[in-house]
Amino acid sequence: MTTPQQETVALGVAAPAARQAMRLQTRHWVLAGAIAVALVLPFVFQGFVVFQLTEVLIYGLAILGLNLMTGFNGQFSVGHGAFFGVGAYVTAIMMQRWNVPYYWTLPPAGIVCFVVGILFGLPALRLRGLYLALVTFAAAVALPQLLKFHGLEGWTGGVQGIVVNQPDVPAFLPIIDADQWLYLFTLAITLLMFWGASNLTGSRTGRAIMAIRDHEIAAAAMGINAPLYKTLTFGVSALYTGVAGALSALAVQFVAPDSFSLFVSINFLVGLILGGMGSLPGCLFGGLFVLYVPNIAESLSRGLAGVAYGVIMLLVIFVMPSGAAGFARYVGGLLARHREVELPAHRATPNAVARPAQRVEHQRAESAEND
Amino acid sequence: MKHLTRRTVLAAAPAALAFGGPLLAPLPARAKQYGPGVTDHEIKVGNTGPYSGPASSYGTVNKAEAAYYKMINAQGGVNGRKINFVSYDDAYTPPKTVEMTRKLVEEDHVLFVAGSLGTPTNTAIWRYMNEHKVPQLFVGTGATKWDDPKHHPWTIGWQPNYQSEGRIYAAYVLKNKPDAVIGVLYQDDDFGKDYLKGVLDGLGPKHASMVKVKATYETTDATVDSQVVQMKSAGCNVIINTAIEKFAAQAIRKAAQIEWKPLHVLSGIGNSVAGTLKPAGLENSKGIVSDFFVKDPTDPEWHNDAGYKWWVGFMDKWYPEGDKTDGANVYGPSVAATVIQVLKQCGSTLTRENVIRQAASLHHFTVPMLLPGITINTTPTDFAPIKQVQMARFDGERWQLFGPLLNGAVG
Repeated sequence: MTTPQQETVALGVAAPAARQAMRLQTRHWVLAGAIAVALVLPFVFQGFVVFQLTEVLIYGLAILGLNLMTGFNGQFSVGHGAFFGVGAYVTAIMMQRWNVPYYWTLPPAGIVCFVVGILFGLPALRLRGLYLALVTFAAAVALPQLLKFHGLEGWTGGVQGIVVNQPDVPAFLPIIDADQWLYLFTLAITLLMFWGASNLTGSRTGRAIMAIRDHEIAAAAMGINAPLYKTLTFGVSALYTGVAGALSALAVQFVAPDSFSLFVSINFLVGLILGGMGSLPGCLFGGLFVLYVPNIAESLSRGLAGVAYGVIMLLVIFVMPSGAAGFARYVGGLLARHREVELPAHRATPNAVARPAQRVEHQRAESAEND
Repeated sequence: MKHLTRRTVLAAAPAALAFGGPLLAPLPARAKQYGPGVTDHEIKVGNTGPYSGPASSYGTVNKAEAAYYKMINAQGGVNGRKINFVSYDDAYTPPKTVEMTRKLVEEDHVLFVAGSLGTPTNTAIWRYMNEHKVPQLFVGTGATKWDDPKHHPWTIGWQPNYQSEGRIYAAYVLKNKPDAVIGVLYQDDDFGKDYLKGVLDGLGPKHASMVKVKATYETTDATVDSQVVQMKSAGCNVIINTAIEKFAAQAIRKAAQIEWKPLHVLSGIGNSVAGTLKPAGLENSKGIVSDFFVKDPTDPEWHNDAGYKWWVGFMDKWYPEGDKTDGANVYGPSVAATVIQVLKQCGSTLTRENVIRQAASLHHFTVPMLLPGITINTTPTDFAPIKQVQMARFDGERWQLFGPLLNGAVG
């Protein structure tokens, strides 16, 4: 949502303001249209499709969490499924053991994951790249067993897991059913959190986070407190994925150790890469892919579902080498160039100030794609 | 209004079952009544199973079920209706089970779901199925909780559950070793505790003190050696070994090593010759007793048995790629055969209500690979179709069945 164009405007460019404003406006219209469609969807489709769409939003949100850390900050995690699981269990335990209303369980789920994320972020300061990936991988492997551990069984319910009550439709909305309500609730949380992420990545803090990704030593030389930002990013990333986990407990209405196997983490990674590293809307594409492609693969061939999945993934990577977001940028660029040819007047105004900034943006985008 | 109806119906359902069930069992062909997924030519049956993921080796159960329906269709179906078996992969993950089951119910409009595999996966859809009043037939898990017609009148189990097995071991010990000092080895989770509860219930309050050692293990443990030594030094003369194969084998081996010779009762989940007794040492395993309810396809005793011959023929023709030494391929067609029996009893009243009613009125039904004499019986208050097992003693080469069929029904 916040992208190079917006920042260029923020830099106070005067001359191409008209074009920038137009792009920004287009962007706002696209966003408004997308939200409108998202609001209408649950009333067009059957309950089960609404449930799937809810899951897409949830996976998209979880992938956004991973993206903040991997796409924007350059720290690798193969274990975000663990935070997803912790968030889900916090909600399940609060709702079923302590009778807390479901909406009050989301902030604690986020906070618990934030703290766990910070604790994980501390060793992350000493570990880089693949080593950090291994540590997070260990977390994902350990979580299901921890959930079964009998010292915690009073809370977690052991292998049997916890059955979670379906959130009730509030009394002031009698005409919608439980699936639609949960979708709208999830949509509201998702939008809120995407808005937060958009502001974060567009802010000074966001630029610091990305500077660390691009060149940590240079960032530190510019006065960025790299350890602080890295740890905080880890925490915020875990918070996002944890809230997604909490929502998933509400949607699935059941948590069990088998729900949070290593595959969940791998799926998030797949969704992240195919959606586009460092892109916010790309996360939702990742969510779509993670939920629907296994089903498509199975419908193509039961015996060779894994092969079909692999082939689809290869095709997607081949067509969109920098993820769905990169593909969208590419198509957008083509359209813009087309329009510029039609409207040469816009190009006529030379712009000395914006150009360097754009170049930086361009390089950044490239380095993100190379990551 | 919606809530009122749902609640009323839920409350009324058990009552209707109690009064109507037995009378309606051999339903005469009255006017046709169809629920979702039924036409004059087809009945849609839903299913989920682990075709991929960590538990995919169990997926063969669902494939064998599909093969059985294929055979039934080739023979003309049930009352002229073919079975359209819609089965999806849930990778043994509860969220995927919920998604796929909702797809089955809401998009594919199946009449019911049958033979879905796994305890956590079935737990995830347990409430959904009961709230939407869609029969969840013959779940592929041995947990005891499925036998709960009062609170979950739309869910029914199939195989003997762990608690009833535990009761049978207790009864056996009481009869054969009145002076028993018992050690129970069990997995430290609900599955293990189900067994322990069965044993303690079976002993009754008077004899519960016979259990001197309750030793647990975690699936992550390296060995169970210390638990076995602990039992010996506590003076136990009976071990009820309910561990999964790896640990069951370790316990047998360790007992032999320390020359401890108790009465060794091995549970049904760990009694495979190939999986437990061979690794433990066939010589060490001599004299161990265990319980069975299906014919072991690797046991030559059955090679001239009509049921076994039928099964081999079925496998050769309809599921040739299936492994004929895998007990899961005995399990699958047996479950599917029970589903077909339910549909036969339904006649032309193929509604969800009638399906669960007929599933709860199976009388003396048997399938080829059940042990001789074991029958499937349900009533509106008894949702545990198979309750009987037979004890067997290992003679150093194979299991020798002995004694009468035993019934460990819970409740």
